[in-house]
Amino acid sequence: MTEKVLSKQNLNIFINTLLSRGEEIVGVKKKEGKYAFGKIADAEEVCLDYDITLLPPSMYLLPQREALLKFNIAERPVAFPVIEANPFILFGVHPYDIKAIELLDTAFSTDNLDTNYLNRREAATIVGVDCLNPNPNAFCPSMDTAFTDKGYDLLLTDIGDSYVIAIGSEKGQELLKGCPDTQEATQVELKRKEEERQKALGKYKVALDTPLEKLPQLLDKSWNSPLWDERSESCLSCGSCVMVCPTCFCFDVQDDIELNLVEGERYRQKDACMLVDFAAVAGEGNFRKDKVSRYRHRMYRKGKYIMERFGRPGCVGCGRCASACLAEIASPAETFNLMKGESK
Amino acid sequence: MTKHPSEEKSLYLPRVAEITSVETIAQKEKLFEFNFQDGKELGHKPGQFVEISIFGIGEMPISISSSPTKKGAFELAVRAVGDVTNALHRLSKGATVGIRGPFGNGFPVDEFTGKDVLVIAGGIGLFPLRSLINYVVDNRKNFGRLIILSGSKTANERMLVNELERWQVMEGVELLETVDIGNEKWGGTIGPVTTLFSQIDIIPQNTFAVTVGPPVMYKFVIGECQKKGIPDERILMSLERRMKCGVGKCGHCQINGVYVCQEGPVFSYARIKKDKLTEAI
Repeated sequence: MTEKVLSKQNLNIFINTLLSRGEEIVGVKKKEGKYAFGKIADAEEVCLDYDITLLPPSMYLLPQREALLKFNIAERPVAFPVIEANPFILFGVHPYDIKAIELLDTAFSTDNLDTNYLNRREAATIVGVDCLNPNPNAFCPSMDTAFTDKGYDLLLTDIGDSYVIAIGSEKGQELLKGCPDTQEATQVELKRKEEERQKALGKYKVALDTPLEKLPQLLDKSWNSPLWDERSESCLSCGSCVMVCPTCFCFDVQDDIELNLVEGERYRQKDACMLVDFAAVAGEGNFRKDKVSRYRHRMYRKGKYIMERFGRPGCVGCGRCASACLAEIASPAETFNLMKGESK
Repeated sequence: MTKHPSEEKSLYLPRVAEITSVETIAQKEKLFEFNFQDGKELGHKPGQFVEISIFGIGEMPISISSSPTKKGAFELAVRAVGDVTNALHRLSKGATVGIRGPFGNGFPVDEFTGKDVLVIAGGIGLFPLRSLINYVVDNRKNFGRLIILSGSKTANERMLVNELERWQVMEGVELLETVDIGNEKWGGTIGPVTTLFSQIDIIPQNTFAVTVGPPVMYKFVIGECQKKGIPDERILMSLERRMKCGVGKCGHCQINGVYVCQEGPVFSYARIKKDKLTEAI
């Protein structure tokens, strides 16, 4: 499809037009010196030159807490499924987060269709934006997530005074119809887009020493490495690395009952394999009771298990975990590089 | 994706089942019989499990204790150890619960055809194995010998005693029992379940070994099976984990890269070695 160009001023008009016709837009806003996704009320709030958000946009597809069932136990217990999916636009998603969403799409549609996730996903329109100011902990080029040519409905690239817009779907094409003054992108503008992308690639400070496709093999050899003990020794088992991760999708299921003791809901909420009771069973059993086994499990999911199962890595290199970890041990790149150093 | 997601039912909505009988097995164990309100069968294989719901308390995985040859109703034998199981123990005949499933691969009973089946049960590992034992008993002609080795912690904690006595006298069934700690009345073998291996004679090429019990038991049982000459492909075990979703999403049951609720809970020792499932046993 041909690419369009839109001036920055007109992008704001576009966003406000969407808002005025009642679209729900979730976009990136400034938050105490950092950035966070949130509901947008005016185009002025939208940041598109951010480095990284505190929490990933996938939380709007797999919410921190989500009802699965409503039940009533007044006489005979009855339960109804809850599937909430209202159309919304996820605005300003970076390519690594788009690729993380693609992983969730695969995970929730493989073998058993998870209707809660998939209906919400279908209700979402994704407007991406190229990440030109990467977070210092990010290593996207190593994970093949610095750029993407799919997984979005529209994708913007900042070329100075305007944006180049790539159209990724009919939904994106449709959305753009409400946009004032888009022009066909010229060869010069497309060249500038490429230059901006190349410049961005030069800004990454962290890289993997192992080619992405060799990660499972590297980990295959590293199970008994003493590095696991060394790395995990200072782990606080707080689960922060998982809570900020765009690719982590494990969840816990719990029941909540109203004070009337009649109505209630069954909900799922994000859970973390780094928390001590994640693999606990009734009685006294816990299949991962030491932090080293939990730490290693997370790294294997990131670099091996998910890749072998779904054909794409369980880490997109966003660097959020490394930023969130107080013990400074969460970066998969750093861990994999140490393993690589050891295996030489 | 072939179907529109909204056309698909929720993965998490249980079917309503009614408790049609409750039998006390031991101090903390009861046997429940259920019937679906829509009259349908569970349609399971021995070794599979269901997710049982007590709304307001929660949901948990329980192995199916009845054989698919028992028509109409199905049974779950449950030890009261957590919130859901204790809540279930407070229910009586006529109460309703939610059931999802059956889930998991189950024991490969078709491969057992014509072969001897050696069952090794530790404690309440006998509950899921009861499904297999009764399946073999009810299809007696299709299988060779049925040898059951059952170990209990104490003589007072023997499970399904009536059933053990029934199997004991049944033709074509060899049942050996042991307890870790005996009492005045116990005249049988004392020691772990592996003690019983010296008392049996098997043809290893013609035998499938199937074991369920506490996690600590497995490596010792595997060792004994290997000493008897049973190939690793035919040493089978059920790896019980806390499957929260049962549909391969939530991650709680994962052993290395494997989702136990989907690819298990039954694994051969050969598979555990081949896939390097170091977290398995």
